[in-house]
Amino acid sequence: MANSIRIRAKASGSDVTVKALITHPMETGLRKDKKTGNKIPAHYIQEVKCEHKGKTVVNAQWGPAVSKNPYLSFAFSGAKAGDTVKLSWVDNKGKSDSAEAKVK
Amino acid sequence: MKRRSFLKGTLAGSAVTVAVGAGLLNPRSVLAAWPESAFSAKSIPDAMSGLFGTADNKTSGAIKIKAPDIAENGAVVPVTVSTSMSGVSAIAIIAEKNGQPLAANFELASNAKGTVSTRIKMGKTMDVIAVVKSGGKLHTTRKNVKVTIGGCGG
Amino acid sequence: MKKLIIAAAALALTAPLVSQASPQSDLNNMKKHFAKKFPGVKYQDLANGVYALDKGRRIEWESMEEFPPYEPGVEIGKSLFKKYKVGKCFKNGGIGIKQNYPYYDGKSGKVRTLEGDLMACLKSSGIDTKKEKLKFGKGKFAAIAAYMAYTSRGKTINVKVPGGKATKIYNNGKNFFYAKRGQLNFSCADCHVYNPGVKLRTMLLSTAIGQSTHFPVYRKKWEAGGTSPLHGFGTIQRRYGGCNKMVRAKPLKPKGGKQHPSYVALEYFHTYLSNGLKINAPGIRQ
Repeated sequence: MANSIRIRAKASGSDVTVKALITHPMETGLRKDKKTGNKIPAHYIQEVKCEHKGKTVVNAQWGPAVSKNPYLSFAFSGAKAGDTVKLSWVDNKGKSDSAEAKVK
Repeated sequence: MKRRSFLKGTLAGSAVTVAVGAGLLNPRSVLAAWPESAFSAKSIPDAMSGLFGTADNKTSGAIKIKAPDIAENGAVVPVTVSTSMSGVSAIAIIAEKNGQPLAANFELASNAKGTVSTRIKMGKTMDVIAVVKSGGKLHTTRKNVKVTIGGCGG
Repeated sequence: MKKLIIAAAALALTAPLVSQASPQSDLNNMKKHFAKKFPGVKYQDLANGVYALDKGRRIEWESMEEFPPYEPGVEIGKSLFKKYKVGKCFKNGGIGIKQNYPYYDGKSGKVRTLEGDLMACLKSSGIDTKKEKLKFGKGKFAAIAAYMAYTSRGKTINVKVPGGKATKIYNNGKNFFYAKRGQLNFSCADCHVYNPGVKLRTMLLSTAIGQSTHFPVYRKKWEAGGTSPLHGFGTIQRRYGGCNKMVRAKPLKPKGGKQHPSYVALEYFHTYLSNGLKINAPGIRQ
Protein backbone atom coordinates (compact mmCIF):
# COMPACT_ATOMS: atom_id res chain seq x y z
CA MET A 1 0.00 0.00 0.00
CA ALA A 2 2.73 2.43 -0.94
CA ASN A 3 1.91 6.06 -1.55
CA SER A 4 -1.20 6.20 0.64
CA ILE A 5 0.32 9.11 2.56
CA ARG A 6 1.05 12.56 1.16
CA ILE A 7 3.00 14.86 3.46
CA ARG A 8 3.74 18.56 3.27
CA ALA A 9 6.05 19.82 6.00
CA LYS A 10 7.02 23.47 6.10
CA ALA A 11 9.41 25.23 8.45
CA SER A 12 9.03 28.72 9.83
CA GLY A 13 12.14 29.30 11.92
CA SER A 14 12.26 26.37 14.33
CA ASP A 15 8.55 25.62 14.01
CA VAL A 16 7.28 23.06 11.52
CA THR A 17 3.72 22.70 10.26
CA VAL A 18 2.82 19.26 8.90
CA LYS A 19 -0.14 18.62 6.64
CA ALA A 20 -0.95 15.11 5.51
CA LEU A 21 -3.56 13.51 3.29
CA ILE A 22 -4.03 9.76 3.53
CA THR A 23 -5.89 7.58 1.04
CA HIS A 24 -8.08 5.22 3.09
CA PRO A 25 -11.78 4.26 2.92
CA MET A 26 -12.46 4.96 6.64
CA GLU A 27 -15.53 2.71 6.53
CA THR A 28 -17.73 3.03 9.58
CA GLY A 29 -19.22 -0.44 9.29
CA LEU A 30 -22.69 1.13 9.04
CA ARG A 31 -22.81 1.70 5.27
CA LYS A 32 -24.70 -0.82 3.17
CA ASP A 33 -23.50 -2.19 -0.14
CA LYS A 34 -26.05 -0.94 -2.68
CA LYS A 35 -25.96 -4.18 -4.66
CA THR A 36 -26.04 -6.79 -1.91
CA GLY A 37 -27.73 -4.85 0.88
CA ASN A 38 -25.08 -6.12 3.27
CA LYS A 39 -23.19 -3.86 5.62
CA ILE A 40 -19.69 -3.02 4.47
CA PRO A 41 -17.34 -4.03 7.31
CA ALA A 42 -15.67 -1.34 9.38
CA HIS A 43 -12.26 -0.48 8.00
CA TYR A 44 -10.63 2.61 9.43
CA ILE A 45 -7.30 3.96 10.59
CA GLN A 46 -6.91 3.75 14.35
CA GLU A 47 -3.52 5.35 14.89
CA VAL A 48 -1.40 7.87 13.06
CA LYS A 49 2.03 8.53 14.44
CA CYS A 50 4.32 11.37 13.49
CA GLU A 51 7.98 11.07 14.35
CA HIS A 52 10.84 13.50 14.19
CA LYS A 53 14.40 12.43 15.06
CA GLY A 54 13.10 9.14 16.47
CA LYS A 55 10.70 10.84 18.87
CA THR A 56 6.91 10.70 18.55
CA VAL A 57 5.65 14.26 18.24
CA VAL A 58 1.97 13.52 17.68
CA ASN A 59 0.07 10.28 18.13
CA ALA A 60 -3.41 10.53 16.68
CA GLN A 61 -6.06 8.05 17.75
CA TRP A 62 -8.92 7.86 15.30
CA GLY A 63 -12.34 6.30 15.10
CA PRO A 64 -14.47 5.73 12.00
CA ALA A 65 -15.95 9.25 12.29
CA VAL A 66 -12.82 10.67 10.73
CA SER A 67 -13.67 11.35 7.07
CA LYS A 68 -12.74 9.14 4.15
CA ASN A 69 -9.33 9.92 2.66
CA PRO A 70 -8.46 11.61 5.91
CA TYR A 71 -6.55 14.80 6.48
CA LEU A 72 -4.59 15.90 9.48
CA SER A 73 -2.47 18.89 10.33
CA PHE A 74 -0.41 19.81 13.37
CA ALA A 75 2.72 21.74 14.26
CA PHE A 76 5.72 21.37 16.52
CA SER A 77 8.91 23.16 17.48
CA GLY A 78 12.52 22.09 17.58
CA ALA A 79 12.86 21.27 13.90
CA LYS A 80 14.16 22.99 10.82
CA ALA A 81 14.16 22.86 7.06
CA GLY A 82 16.01 19.79 5.82
CA ASP A 83 14.89 17.60 8.73
CA THR A 84 12.88 14.46 8.03
CA VAL A 85 9.43 13.75 9.42
CA LYS A 86 7.88 10.30 9.32
CA LEU A 87 4.18 9.48 9.34
CA SER A 88 2.80 6.01 9.83
CA TRP A 89 -0.68 4.60 10.29
CA VAL A 90 -2.28 1.35 11.42
CA ASP A 91 -5.89 0.43 10.81
CA ASN A 92 -8.37 -1.88 12.53
CA LYS A 93 -7.52 -4.70 10.14
CA GLY A 94 -3.86 -4.53 11.07
CA LYS A 95 -2.87 -2.93 7.77
CA SER A 96 -0.30 -0.16 7.89
CA ASP A 97 1.75 2.21 5.82
CA SER A 98 4.36 4.87 6.41
CA ALA A 99 6.06 7.68 4.55
CA GLU A 100 8.79 10.20 5.11
CA ALA A 101 9.14 13.75 3.91
CA LYS A 102 11.76 16.45 4.12
CA VAL A 103 10.81 19.65 5.84
CA LYS A 104 10.94 22.51 3.33
CA MET B 1 6.79 0.27 16.31
CA LYS B 2 7.23 -2.51 18.88
CA ARG B 3 3.64 -3.62 18.50
CA ARG B 4 4.00 -4.07 14.77
CA SER B 5 7.16 -6.16 15.02
CA PHE B 6 5.41 -8.26 17.66
CA LEU B 7 2.77 -9.13 15.12
CA LYS B 8 5.14 -9.81 12.23
CA GLY B 9 8.23 -11.35 13.85
CA THR B 10 7.36 -13.10 17.06
CA LEU B 11 4.36 -15.12 15.98
CA ALA B 12 4.49 -17.54 13.08
CA GLY B 13 3.09 -15.62 10.12
CA SER B 14 0.42 -18.12 9.10
CA ALA B 15 -0.76 -18.65 12.65
CA VAL B 16 -1.33 -14.92 13.02
CA THR B 17 -3.16 -14.70 9.71
CA VAL B 18 -5.52 -17.53 10.66
CA ALA B 19 -6.04 -16.16 14.12
CA VAL B 20 -6.79 -12.67 12.79
CA GLY B 21 -9.08 -14.03 10.11
CA ALA B 22 -11.01 -16.09 12.63
CA GLY B 23 -11.45 -13.01 14.79
CA LEU B 24 -9.50 -14.64 17.58
CA LEU B 25 -6.72 -12.10 17.46
CA ASN B 26 -8.32 -8.74 17.00
CA PRO B 27 -5.57 -6.36 15.89
CA ARG B 28 -7.27 -3.72 17.94
CA SER B 29 -6.74 -5.64 21.16
CA VAL B 30 -3.08 -6.28 20.35
CA LEU B 31 -2.45 -2.57 19.83
CA ALA B 32 -3.15 -1.87 23.47
CA ALA B 33 -2.72 1.86 23.06
CA TRP B 34 -5.91 2.37 21.02
CA PRO B 35 -8.66 3.28 23.52
CA GLU B 36 -11.46 1.00 22.36
CA SER B 37 -13.89 1.81 25.18
CA ALA B 38 -13.57 5.54 24.45
CA PHE B 39 -14.35 5.11 20.76
CA SER B 40 -17.26 2.73 21.28
CA ALA B 41 -18.74 4.83 24.09
CA LYS B 42 -22.23 6.11 23.32
CA SER B 43 -22.19 9.00 25.76
CA ILE B 44 -19.80 11.92 25.99
CA PRO B 45 -18.87 11.33 29.67
CA ASP B 46 -18.09 7.67 28.87
CA ALA B 47 -15.98 8.73 25.89
CA MET B 48 -14.02 11.18 28.02
CA SER B 49 -13.58 8.67 30.85
CA GLY B 50 -12.43 6.02 28.42
CA LEU B 51 -9.88 8.43 27.03
CA PHE B 52 -8.71 10.39 30.05
CA GLY B 53 -9.90 8.42 33.07
CA THR B 54 -12.35 11.16 34.02
CA ALA B 55 -15.13 13.24 32.51
CA ASP B 56 -14.59 16.19 34.89
CA ASN B 57 -13.99 19.27 32.81
CA LYS B 58 -14.20 23.06 32.83
CA THR B 59 -15.37 25.27 30.01
CA SER B 60 -12.53 27.40 28.70
CA GLY B 61 -12.42 30.51 26.57
CA ALA B 62 -8.84 29.73 25.62
CA ILE B 63 -9.89 27.05 23.14
CA LYS B 64 -11.06 27.91 19.63
CA ILE B 65 -12.96 25.61 17.31
CA LYS B 66 -12.82 26.51 13.63
CA ALA B 67 -15.62 24.68 11.83
CA PRO B 68 -18.24 25.84 9.34
CA ASP B 69 -21.50 27.32 10.68
CA ILE B 70 -23.26 25.38 7.94
CA ALA B 71 -21.35 22.34 6.72
CA GLU B 72 -21.36 21.75 2.95
CA ASN B 73 -21.46 18.00 3.45
CA GLY B 74 -21.77 16.09 6.70
CA ALA B 75 -19.32 13.43 5.52
CA VAL B 76 -16.41 15.86 5.26
CA VAL B 77 -16.45 18.65 7.84
CA PRO B 78 -13.11 20.43 8.34
CA VAL B 79 -12.40 21.10 12.03
CA THR B 80 -9.44 22.88 13.61
CA VAL B 81 -8.98 23.08 17.36
CA SER B 82 -6.46 25.53 18.69
CA THR B 83 -5.60 26.66 22.17
CA SER B 84 -3.31 29.22 23.72
CA MET B 85 -2.93 27.07 26.83
CA SER B 86 0.49 25.71 27.63
CA GLY B 87 1.39 22.17 28.63
CA VAL B 88 -1.20 20.63 26.33
CA SER B 89 -0.84 16.86 26.27
CA ALA B 90 -3.95 15.96 24.28
CA ILE B 91 -6.73 17.44 22.15
CA ALA B 92 -9.86 15.36 21.53
CA ILE B 93 -12.67 16.09 19.09
CA ILE B 94 -16.17 14.93 19.98
CA ALA B 95 -19.19 15.02 17.66
CA GLU B 96 -21.97 15.43 20.22
CA LYS B 97 -24.83 13.61 18.50
CA ASN B 98 -22.96 10.95 16.55
CA GLY B 99 -23.87 7.42 17.71
CA GLN B 100 -20.36 7.15 19.08
CA PRO B 101 -19.36 10.73 19.89
CA LEU B 102 -15.57 10.43 20.07
CA ALA B 103 -14.16 11.19 16.62
CA ALA B 104 -10.46 11.68 17.24
CA ASN B 105 -7.82 12.22 19.91
CA PHE B 106 -4.41 13.78 19.34
CA GLU B 107 -1.72 12.97 21.92
CA LEU B 108 0.84 15.75 21.84
CA ALA B 109 4.47 15.65 22.89
CA SER B 110 5.82 18.61 24.83
CA ASN B 111 7.17 20.25 21.68
CA ALA B 112 3.92 19.88 19.74
CA LYS B 113 1.77 23.00 19.32
CA GLY B 114 -1.75 23.22 20.67
CA THR B 115 -3.39 23.19 17.24
CA VAL B 116 -4.74 20.22 15.32
CA SER B 117 -6.88 19.92 12.20
CA THR B 118 -8.78 17.09 10.62
CA ARG B 119 -12.03 16.38 8.75
CA ILE B 120 -14.85 14.49 10.42
CA LYS B 121 -18.22 12.91 9.69
CA MET B 122 -21.24 14.48 11.33
CA GLY B 123 -24.61 12.75 11.03
CA LYS B 124 -26.74 15.82 11.65
CA THR B 125 -26.72 19.30 13.18
CA MET B 126 -24.86 19.14 16.49
CA ASP B 127 -22.12 20.67 18.57
CA VAL B 128 -18.49 19.86 17.99
CA ILE B 129 -16.84 19.63 21.39
CA ALA B 130 -13.12 20.11 21.84
CA VAL B 131 -11.44 18.64 24.92
CA VAL B 132 -7.99 19.90 25.79
CA LYS B 133 -5.90 18.15 28.41
CA SER B 134 -3.55 20.64 29.95
CA GLY B 135 -1.89 20.60 33.34
CA GLY B 136 -3.51 17.25 34.03
CA LYS B 137 -7.00 18.74 33.75
CA LEU B 138 -9.65 18.72 31.03
CA HIS B 139 -10.88 21.94 29.43
CA THR B 140 -13.70 22.09 26.91
CA THR B 141 -15.53 24.32 24.50
CA ARG B 142 -18.16 23.70 21.89
CA LYS B 143 -19.38 25.03 18.56
CA ASN B 144 -22.61 24.30 16.74
CA VAL B 145 -22.37 23.07 13.15
CA LYS B 146 -25.49 22.81 10.99
CA VAL B 147 -25.67 19.73 8.80
CA THR B 148 -28.58 19.34 6.40
CA ILE B 149 -29.25 17.82 3.04
CA GLY B 150 -28.61 20.21 0.20
CA GLY B 151 -31.17 21.74 -2.06
CA CYS B 152 -31.68 21.77 -5.77
CA GLY B 153 -27.98 21.20 -6.47
CA GLY B 154 -28.54 17.55 -5.67
CA MET C 1 -40.59 17.85 -3.51
CA LYS C 2 -43.27 20.18 -2.06
CA LYS C 3 -40.68 22.26 -0.24
CA LEU C 4 -38.65 22.52 -3.41
CA ILE C 5 -41.66 23.72 -5.42
CA ILE C 6 -42.51 26.34 -2.82
CA ALA C 7 -38.91 27.44 -2.81
CA ALA C 8 -39.00 27.56 -6.60
CA ALA C 9 -42.07 29.77 -6.61
CA ALA C 10 -40.23 32.21 -4.40
CA LEU C 11 -37.52 32.63 -7.01
CA ALA C 12 -37.81 35.46 -9.46
CA LEU C 13 -38.50 33.57 -12.66
CA THR C 14 -38.50 35.57 -15.83
CA ALA C 15 -38.46 34.64 -19.49
CA PRO C 16 -36.12 36.98 -21.31
CA LEU C 17 -36.11 37.66 -24.99
CA VAL C 18 -33.20 35.72 -26.45
CA SER C 19 -31.74 38.29 -28.79
CA GLN C 20 -29.39 37.50 -31.64
CA ALA C 21 -26.63 39.79 -30.46
CA SER C 22 -22.98 38.73 -30.89
CA PRO C 23 -21.19 36.47 -28.41
CA GLN C 24 -19.03 39.35 -27.28
CA SER C 25 -21.99 41.57 -26.54
CA ASP C 26 -23.71 38.64 -24.75
CA LEU C 27 -20.67 38.35 -22.52
CA ASN C 28 -20.41 42.09 -21.93
CA ASN C 29 -24.07 42.27 -20.94
CA MET C 30 -23.73 39.35 -18.59
CA LYS C 31 -20.60 40.83 -16.98
CA LYS C 32 -22.50 44.07 -16.39
CA HIS C 33 -25.44 42.12 -14.98
CA PHE C 34 -23.32 40.35 -12.36
CA ALA C 35 -21.27 43.44 -11.55
CA LYS C 36 -24.55 45.15 -10.72
CA LYS C 37 -25.84 42.22 -8.67
CA PHE C 38 -22.61 41.72 -6.73
CA PRO C 39 -20.84 45.07 -6.55
CA GLY C 40 -18.40 43.90 -3.89
CA VAL C 41 -17.16 40.88 -5.83
CA LYS C 42 -14.04 41.14 -7.98
CA TYR C 43 -14.56 39.87 -11.51
CA GLN C 44 -11.70 37.31 -11.37
CA ASP C 45 -13.13 35.94 -8.11
CA LEU C 46 -16.24 34.74 -9.95
CA ALA C 47 -14.06 31.78 -10.95
CA ASN C 48 -14.47 30.62 -7.35
CA GLY C 49 -18.24 30.33 -7.68
CA VAL C 50 -20.28 30.50 -4.51
CA TYR C 51 -17.12 31.02 -2.49
CA ALA C 52 -16.94 34.50 -4.02
CA LEU C 53 -20.43 35.20 -2.75
CA ASP C 54 -20.49 33.80 0.79
CA LYS C 55 -17.85 34.38 3.43
CA GLY C 56 -18.69 31.39 5.63
CA ARG C 57 -18.59 28.95 2.72
CA ARG C 58 -15.37 30.49 1.50
CA ILE C 59 -13.69 29.71 4.82
CA GLU C 60 -14.76 26.07 4.63
CA TRP C 61 -13.54 25.88 1.03
CA GLU C 62 -10.18 27.38 1.99
CA SER C 63 -9.88 24.70 4.70
CA MET C 64 -10.40 22.03 2.06
CA GLU C 65 -7.86 23.72 -0.21
CA GLU C 66 -5.21 23.38 2.55
CA PHE C 67 -4.78 19.88 1.16
CA PRO C 68 -7.47 19.27 -1.42
CA PRO C 69 -8.93 15.77 -1.76
CA TYR C 70 -8.57 15.86 -5.55
CA GLU C 71 -4.77 15.76 -5.43
CA PRO C 72 -4.37 11.97 -5.30
CA GLY C 73 -6.94 11.67 -8.10
CA VAL C 74 -5.11 14.16 -10.31
CA GLU C 75 -1.93 12.13 -9.86
CA ILE C 76 -3.80 9.01 -10.92
CA GLY C 77 -5.20 10.96 -13.87
CA LYS C 78 -1.64 11.89 -14.84
CA SER C 79 -0.47 8.28 -14.76
CA LEU C 80 -3.48 7.20 -16.83
CA PHE C 81 -2.75 10.04 -19.29
CA LYS C 82 0.71 8.56 -19.72
CA LYS C 83 -0.47 4.94 -19.73
CA TYR C 84 -2.93 5.49 -22.57
CA LYS C 85 -0.49 7.79 -24.43
CA VAL C 86 -3.17 10.49 -24.65
CA GLY C 87 -0.69 13.28 -25.34
CA LYS C 88 -0.04 12.26 -28.92
CA CYS C 89 -3.60 13.17 -30.00
CA PHE C 90 -3.36 16.77 -28.84
CA LYS C 91 -1.49 19.97 -29.50
CA ASN C 92 1.40 20.54 -27.13
CA GLY C 93 1.21 16.90 -26.05
CA GLY C 94 -2.12 17.59 -24.34
CA ILE C 95 -0.53 19.84 -21.72
CA GLY C 96 -1.89 23.31 -21.01
CA ILE C 97 -4.56 23.32 -23.75
CA LYS C 98 -7.86 23.27 -21.83
CA GLN C 99 -8.33 27.03 -22.07
CA ASN C 100 -8.89 26.77 -25.83
CA TYR C 101 -11.82 24.38 -25.46
CA PRO C 102 -14.47 24.06 -26.73
CA TYR C 103 -13.45 25.06 -30.25
CA TYR C 104 -15.16 25.01 -33.62
CA ASP C 105 -13.59 22.56 -36.05
CA GLY C 106 -14.14 23.89 -39.57
CA LYS C 107 -13.34 20.54 -41.22
CA SER C 108 -16.07 18.57 -39.47
CA GLY C 109 -18.38 21.54 -38.95
CA LYS C 110 -18.64 20.52 -35.30
CA VAL C 111 -17.67 21.95 -31.94
CA ARG C 112 -15.12 19.86 -30.08
CA THR C 113 -14.92 19.60 -26.29
CA LEU C 114 -11.84 18.40 -24.43
CA GLU C 115 -13.71 15.31 -23.25
CA GLY C 116 -14.97 14.66 -26.77
CA ASP C 117 -11.42 14.80 -28.14
CA LEU C 118 -10.18 12.66 -25.24
CA MET C 119 -12.70 9.88 -25.93
CA ALA C 120 -11.98 10.05 -29.65
CA CYS C 121 -8.27 9.78 -28.85
CA LEU C 122 -8.70 6.72 -26.65
CA LYS C 123 -10.87 4.95 -29.21
CA SER C 124 -8.64 5.80 -32.15
CA SER C 125 -5.69 4.38 -30.19
CA GLY C 126 -7.48 1.04 -30.19
CA ILE C 127 -8.20 1.11 -26.48
CA ASP C 128 -11.25 -0.90 -25.42
CA THR C 129 -12.90 1.88 -23.46
CA LYS C 130 -15.59 -0.43 -22.15
CA LYS C 131 -13.11 -2.96 -20.80
CA GLU C 132 -10.92 -0.22 -19.37
CA LYS C 133 -13.98 1.39 -17.72
CA LEU C 134 -13.33 4.69 -19.46
CA LYS C 135 -16.75 6.30 -19.60
CA PHE C 136 -17.74 9.89 -20.22
CA GLY C 137 -18.25 11.99 -17.14
CA LYS C 138 -16.81 9.98 -14.27
CA GLY C 139 -14.03 7.91 -12.74
CA LYS C 140 -10.83 7.20 -14.67
CA PHE C 141 -11.95 9.19 -17.71
CA ALA C 142 -12.83 12.24 -15.62
CA ALA C 143 -9.51 11.89 -13.76
CA ILE C 144 -7.58 12.11 -17.04
CA ALA C 145 -9.64 15.15 -18.06
CA ALA C 146 -9.06 16.64 -14.61
CA TYR C 147 -5.30 16.22 -14.97
CA MET C 148 -5.36 17.85 -18.41
CA ALA C 149 -7.39 20.77 -17.07
CA TYR C 150 -5.03 21.00 -14.08
CA THR C 151 -2.10 21.55 -16.44
CA SER C 152 -3.92 24.68 -17.65
CA ARG C 153 -4.25 26.23 -14.21
CA GLY C 154 -3.70 29.96 -14.39
CA LYS C 155 -4.32 30.11 -18.15
CA THR C 156 -7.05 32.42 -19.41
CA ILE C 157 -10.10 30.87 -21.03
CA ASN C 158 -10.23 31.83 -24.69
CA VAL C 159 -13.16 30.23 -26.50
CA LYS C 160 -13.53 31.44 -30.09
CA VAL C 161 -16.73 31.73 -32.11
CA PRO C 162 -15.52 32.42 -35.66
CA GLY C 163 -18.88 33.18 -37.27
CA GLY C 164 -20.93 31.07 -39.67
CA LYS C 165 -21.77 27.60 -38.39
CA ALA C 166 -19.85 28.20 -35.16
CA THR C 167 -22.19 31.05 -34.32
CA LYS C 168 -25.15 28.81 -35.09
CA ILE C 169 -23.94 26.20 -32.58
CA TYR C 170 -23.17 28.93 -30.06
CA ASN C 171 -26.74 30.19 -30.43
CA ASN C 172 -28.10 26.66 -30.04
CA GLY C 173 -26.24 26.50 -26.75
CA LYS C 174 -27.54 29.90 -25.74
CA ASN C 175 -31.11 28.90 -26.51
CA PHE C 176 -30.69 25.73 -24.46
CA PHE C 177 -29.36 27.81 -21.59
CA TYR C 178 -32.35 30.13 -21.60
CA ALA C 179 -35.03 27.52 -22.35
CA LYS C 180 -37.34 26.22 -19.62
CA ARG C 181 -37.14 22.50 -19.03
CA GLY C 182 -38.24 19.76 -16.69
CA GLN C 183 -41.24 19.37 -14.45
CA LEU C 184 -39.95 22.27 -12.39
CA ASN C 185 -39.84 24.36 -15.57
CA PHE C 186 -36.50 26.01 -14.89
CA SER C 187 -33.90 27.23 -17.32
CA CYS C 188 -30.19 27.32 -16.52
CA ALA C 189 -30.58 31.10 -16.50
CA ASP C 190 -33.33 31.06 -13.89
CA CYS C 191 -30.87 29.83 -11.28
CA HIS C 192 -27.53 31.03 -12.56
CA VAL C 193 -28.32 34.40 -14.13
CA TYR C 194 -31.38 35.67 -12.26
CA ASN C 195 -30.89 34.04 -8.85
CA PRO C 196 -27.22 33.46 -8.00
CA GLY C 197 -26.59 34.01 -4.31
CA VAL C 198 -30.04 32.67 -3.47
CA LYS C 199 -30.18 29.70 -1.09
CA LEU C 200 -32.05 26.55 -2.01
CA ARG C 201 -32.14 24.92 1.42
CA THR C 202 -28.45 24.97 2.28
CA MET C 203 -27.11 25.17 -1.27
CA LEU C 204 -26.11 28.48 -2.76
CA LEU C 205 -26.60 29.22 -6.47
CA SER C 206 -23.50 30.22 -8.40
CA THR C 207 -23.16 32.75 -11.25
CA ALA C 208 -23.06 31.45 -14.83
CA ILE C 209 -19.85 33.38 -15.33
CA GLY C 210 -17.03 31.43 -13.66
CA GLN C 211 -18.63 28.01 -13.60
CA SER C 212 -16.55 26.56 -16.43
CA THR C 213 -13.18 27.47 -14.93
CA HIS C 214 -13.07 24.72 -12.33
CA PHE C 215 -14.26 21.72 -14.33
CA PRO C 216 -13.74 18.78 -14.18
CA VAL C 217 -14.82 19.20 -10.58
CA TYR C 218 -14.33 17.11 -7.44
CA ARG C 219 -17.56 17.01 -5.44
CA LYS C 220 -17.86 15.89 -1.84
CA LYS C 221 -21.24 14.48 -2.75
CA TRP C 222 -19.88 12.31 -5.59
CA GLU C 223 -16.92 11.25 -3.43
CA ALA C 224 -19.36 9.51 -1.11
CA GLY C 225 -20.24 7.06 -3.88
CA GLY C 226 -17.16 4.90 -3.38
CA THR C 227 -13.77 4.56 -1.80
CA SER C 228 -11.32 5.31 -4.62
CA PRO C 229 -9.80 8.80 -4.93
CA LEU C 230 -11.48 9.07 -8.36
CA HIS C 231 -15.08 8.92 -7.20
CA GLY C 232 -15.40 12.61 -6.59
CA PHE C 233 -14.57 13.62 -10.16
CA GLY C 234 -17.11 14.74 -12.72
CA THR C 235 -16.94 16.56 -16.04
CA ILE C 236 -19.08 19.55 -16.83
CA GLN C 237 -21.49 17.46 -18.87
CA ARG C 238 -21.90 15.11 -15.95
CA ARG C 239 -22.99 18.17 -13.99
CA TYR C 240 -25.35 19.29 -16.77
CA GLY C 241 -27.02 15.88 -16.48
CA GLY C 242 -27.27 16.22 -12.72
CA CYS C 243 -28.72 19.72 -12.93
CA ASN C 244 -31.28 18.59 -15.50
CA LYS C 245 -32.28 15.72 -13.20
CA MET C 246 -32.72 18.21 -10.38
CA VAL C 247 -35.34 20.13 -12.34
CA ARG C 248 -36.90 16.80 -13.30
CA ALA C 249 -35.74 16.92 -16.89
CA LYS C 250 -34.20 13.98 -18.70
CA PRO C 251 -30.40 14.14 -18.68
CA LEU C 252 -28.90 13.98 -22.19
CA LYS C 253 -26.52 11.04 -22.17
CA PRO C 254 -23.65 10.34 -24.57
CA LYS C 255 -24.38 7.93 -27.38
CA GLY C 256 -22.14 5.91 -29.65
CA GLY C 257 -19.01 7.22 -27.99
CA LYS C 258 -20.04 10.83 -28.55
CA GLN C 259 -21.43 13.47 -26.25
CA HIS C 260 -24.98 14.72 -26.86
CA PRO C 261 -24.88 17.63 -29.36
CA SER C 262 -27.16 19.78 -27.20
CA TYR C 263 -24.75 19.53 -24.26
CA VAL C 264 -21.83 20.22 -26.60
CA ALA C 265 -23.57 23.37 -27.83
CA LEU C 266 -24.40 24.32 -24.26
CA GLU C 267 -20.80 23.79 -23.15
CA TYR C 268 -19.65 25.98 -26.07
CA PHE C 269 -21.90 28.87 -25.05
CA HIS C 270 -21.41 28.31 -21.32
CA THR C 271 -17.61 28.24 -21.47
CA TYR C 272 -17.59 31.38 -23.65
CA LEU C 273 -19.20 33.13 -20.67
CA SER C 274 -16.00 32.45 -18.73
CA ASN C 275 -13.71 33.97 -21.37
CA GLY C 276 -11.20 36.17 -19.62
CA LEU C 277 -11.21 34.16 -16.39
CA LYS C 278 -8.38 31.87 -15.36
CA ILE C 279 -8.67 28.10 -15.19
CA ASN C 280 -8.58 26.78 -11.62
CA ALA C 281 -9.54 23.15 -12.24
CA PRO C 282 -10.21 20.81 -10.66
CA GLY C 283 -12.27 22.61 -8.07
CA ILE C 284 -13.34 21.07 -4.75
CA ARG C 285 -17.05 21.66 -4.33
CA GLN C 286 -20.07 20.54 -2.34
